[in-house]
Amino acid sequence: MDTYKLRRTMMFVPGNNPGMVKDAYIYGSDSIMFDLEDSVAVDQKDSARFLVSEALNCYDYNGIELVVRINDPRTKVGKDDLTAIVCTRKAIIRLPKTECAEDVTYCENVIAEIEAENGIPAGSTRMMAAIESALGVLNAREIAVSSKRLIGIALGAEDYVTDLKTSRSSDGIELLFARSVILLAARAAGIAAIDTVYSDVNNMEGFEAEVKLIKQLGFDGKSVINPRQIKPVHSLYTPSDKEIQKSLAIMDAIKEAKERGSGVIALNGKMIDKPVVARAERILEIAHASGITF
Amino acid sequence: MPLDSLIILQEGTRLKIEKTAVAGTMESSDIMVTLSPGSVGGIEIELESSVEKQFGNAIRSTIQDVLTELDVKNAHVKALDKGALDCTVRARVKTAAYRACNCDSYQFGGQN
Repeated sequence: MDTYKLRRTMMFVPGNNPGMVKDAYIYGSDSIMFDLEDSVAVDQKDSARFLVSEALNCYDYNGIELVVRINDPRTKVGKDDLTAIVCTRKAIIRLPKTECAEDVTYCENVIAEIEAENGIPAGSTRMMAAIESALGVLNAREIAVSSKRLIGIALGAEDYVTDLKTSRSSDGIELLFARSVILLAARAAGIAAIDTVYSDVNNMEGFEAEVKLIKQLGFDGKSVINPRQIKPVHSLYTPSDKEIQKSLAIMDAIKEAKERGSGVIALNGKMIDKPVVARAERILEIAHASGITF
Repeated sequence: MPLDSLIILQEGTRLKIEKTAVAGTMESSDIMVTLSPGSVGGIEIELESSVEKQFGNAIRSTIQDVLTELDVKNAHVKALDKGALDCTVRARVKTAAYRACNCDSYQFGGQN
């Protein structure tokens, strides 16, 4: 159970803000994503890159998973971002606006060169890809399996809805296809699926409704842009006591059945088979990783 | 670009400050660093900080260390500190130094 990695929340932190970069770990998100891309002005890219790389070299962030969103690696700015961040050996590289498998493999090749030039173990830098366009969604399957370095794929909804020539609605109907495709592609590839940000930080009711939706769809977690959004996500993602007790009962029942040499069993009148056991195991993994003792 | 303005740290090539450049902001937890060509020879540091008494020497020392790492021999540094931590000071001095020499051939490796 120790290997399960919680990614319920990935908090976006603008890369050129020293106060936010310094304090990012105190809010308890499962991952922190420092942004060198859209939240940084074009003439401050160098400044943000040095700030984030120095911070990564300086702080340990209490062991929280660290991610850095770079600029397009085909540009000098993006290549410099990659070099700076890969050399810290501390963060996962988040590739923005991924549209096809070649975008991932191009970035991977640059990373491999940087690792070789700097004595960094080959393949040790992990990546994730953000899918933010119609083309990217249609290529989600090939993107998800394009590199062994990928730990997950994420939906970037703001650019995506712009590309669709629509806008975000309260029920998120315009995102349903993209969410479903990205989730399926991630699950088929055995990697994480992270949902997009919810921009209206003052609408907690709408935010919680969206979190419930993406949890039900199967996403590992959500990108957040304000510390206030962390607790509701964790709360909704943490298994209830009832779910934990039910899962423990299932695990006990299956253990007992195995000892008796029986394959399929019933618990409280309901059939317990392999998928039911797998769901119970996942609930217990999430509960354990969330710090719940049982 | 003149040869002596290139940064090749491993070979100890000198970084030459050619113009005045600024990095950082006046926001809390930041430090605004202005680097100019030195007039007296050596590194001259002018620091204003809300935590001057407690951390003034440490901030000066960090500024000096970064400029030494970059092999800058001659510069005037004006630093307005708003409670920046060590890594922020390092980042802002580096940014200002590269900008001040019109150099974007950054050296990132060998930091660990």
